[in-house]
Amino acid sequence: MLLLAFDTATPAVTAAIGETDADGAFALRASASSVDARRHGELLTPTIQGLLTESGLTLAELDHIAVGVGPGPYTGLRVGLATGRAFADALGIPCHGVVTLDALAFATKRTEPFLGMTDARRKEVFWARYDDHLTRTGEVQVDRPAEIDTEDLPLIGDGARMYADVLNTQAQEPHLPDAGAMAELALLRLHRGEELPEPVPLYLRRPDAVEPGAPKKVRQWVK
Amino acid sequence: MSEPLILGIETSCDETGVALVRGCELLGDSVASSVDQHVRFGGVVPEVASRAHLEAMTPTVRRALDQAGVTLADVDAVAVTAGPGLAGALLVGVSAAKAYAMALGKPLYGVNHLVGHVAVDQLEHGPLPKPSIALLVSGGHTSLLLVNDLATGVVSLGDTVDDAAGEAYDKVARLLELPYPGGPPIDAAAQRGDSKAIRFPRGKWGDGTYDFSFSGLKTAVARHVEDAERQGVPLVVADIAAAFQESVVDVLTRKAVDACVEHGVRTLVISGGVAANSALRALAEQRCAEAGIELRVPRPRLCTDNGAMIAALGAEVVKAGLPPSSLDLATDTSLPVGSPLAM
Repeated sequence: MLLLAFDTATPAVTAAIGETDADGAFALRASASSVDARRHGELLTPTIQGLLTESGLTLAELDHIAVGVGPGPYTGLRVGLATGRAFADALGIPCHGVVTLDALAFATKRTEPFLGMTDARRKEVFWARYDDHLTRTGEVQVDRPAEIDTEDLPLIGDGARMYADVLNTQAQEPHLPDAGAMAELALLRLHRGEELPEPVPLYLRRPDAVEPGAPKKVRQWVK
Repeated sequence: MSEPLILGIETSCDETGVALVRGCELLGDSVASSVDQHVRFGGVVPEVASRAHLEAMTPTVRRALDQAGVTLADVDAVAVTAGPGLAGALLVGVSAAKAYAMALGKPLYGVNHLVGHVAVDQLEHGPLPKPSIALLVSGGHTSLLLVNDLATGVVSLGDTVDDAAGEAYDKVARLLELPYPGGPPIDAAAQRGDSKAIRFPRGKWGDGTYDFSFSGLKTAVARHVEDAERQGVPLVVADIAAAFQESVVDVLTRKAVDACVEHGVRTLVISGGVAANSALRALAEQRCAEAGIELRVPRPRLCTDNGAMIAALGAEVVKAGLPPSSLDLATDTSLPVGSPLAM
């Protein structure tokens, strides 16, 4: 089973092609990442093109697509989701969503509890608690770092790194998600027969928009 | 040999538009609008529009394909709005277009939204005479263009120096307590009003340029409303709407016809959302007839933002043999009109 995974929910643009055999053994066929928070739209498809060239594969050979659903800064996040949905539509294959923090957590291979955190801008972080690298406990949240009860657990991710002072803890690697881990996680779940979620963005905040005040009612109108 | 089938994708503002065009023939055209979600904010909220584009993108592609009775495998090239427009909104369409083009193994063309508004007229009235003058009036743009060739030769003659004409309509509608978007309710109110009842200023009238200004007009309407209020005089909405509209369309049509005369051009195209305005159409028809100019105004559905305009321009760009955009194509929120194709 061949799967293309990518994520644009953090400053990283990361993409990978992974494969599992009939027994579920995972092999990474190609992967590439770069960090440029302002150029997700320019970098993603050329990065995927590079993976195909490197692996000698074609898009037509893919069985699944997995894309990071965030949370993450919205403009970049939508690049991945729009790309994944369009690929799936054109290729006639399923596109699944993977929570970006779950991919970050999976890459740690940790067997003890920890928190994953990514930058949410506006002095906040997106975060979630994990019992181990495969098990998230509760929903992903967005909060100011100082308001988070870290339970003195290890902290991973660039959100933890940015606010190490406030959190009083040194952040652990990895800081940014890697699509190789995302591909492995998605294939593991597919192999286990689990239903993967739809590629729907985790915004966690409402759009910033203010309704204008009510118009003054002192005027006399002839309508 | 039949002409190539172009898939056009437009997401520069609040309409997700997808269409299929072959030459000058529109085969399928689907638009999903998020305008209802912006009404309570009195204007387009970029993040709301971007979210809506992502949700509407692939379903709109499907509807356009179904309407055209073709499949993605039939598509020969993908054209997408690269700019100008809202950054986050443009990026959804460009990202999807790149994925479609790459998955189909077909060339990608990032094209100019403004030039698309002119190109769309070919779907209704056939090939555009060369050269033509185009007046683009919408909520985001007010431009006068000399169109030597849609794919390679568009020159900007003038632009608004402040508000776009459609923006002025929205702001004045708000002053008059009429709903958003302001164009249709002001047009409707103006039908019952006397445009000579109040004399509002004509921005940049007779200044020797082809530029426009609507900010002073908006302020003049606001002053008129405030003065009447202070004096306790009832405000006649129909008259204010008619006089405001008269000021807008007077300047627009006069400068457009002047440009035709100066450049010896016999064809004027008026497009963009405001081209649906009845007063603009009426005065343009009258002045073009007097000057012996052929007026071409696409039907309202084609004047507003849609995928058809992008596919129509894509067809011109392919026909001109221009090189496709690369996969690292960037969006350009202020792509100049002189660049029909973004590289």
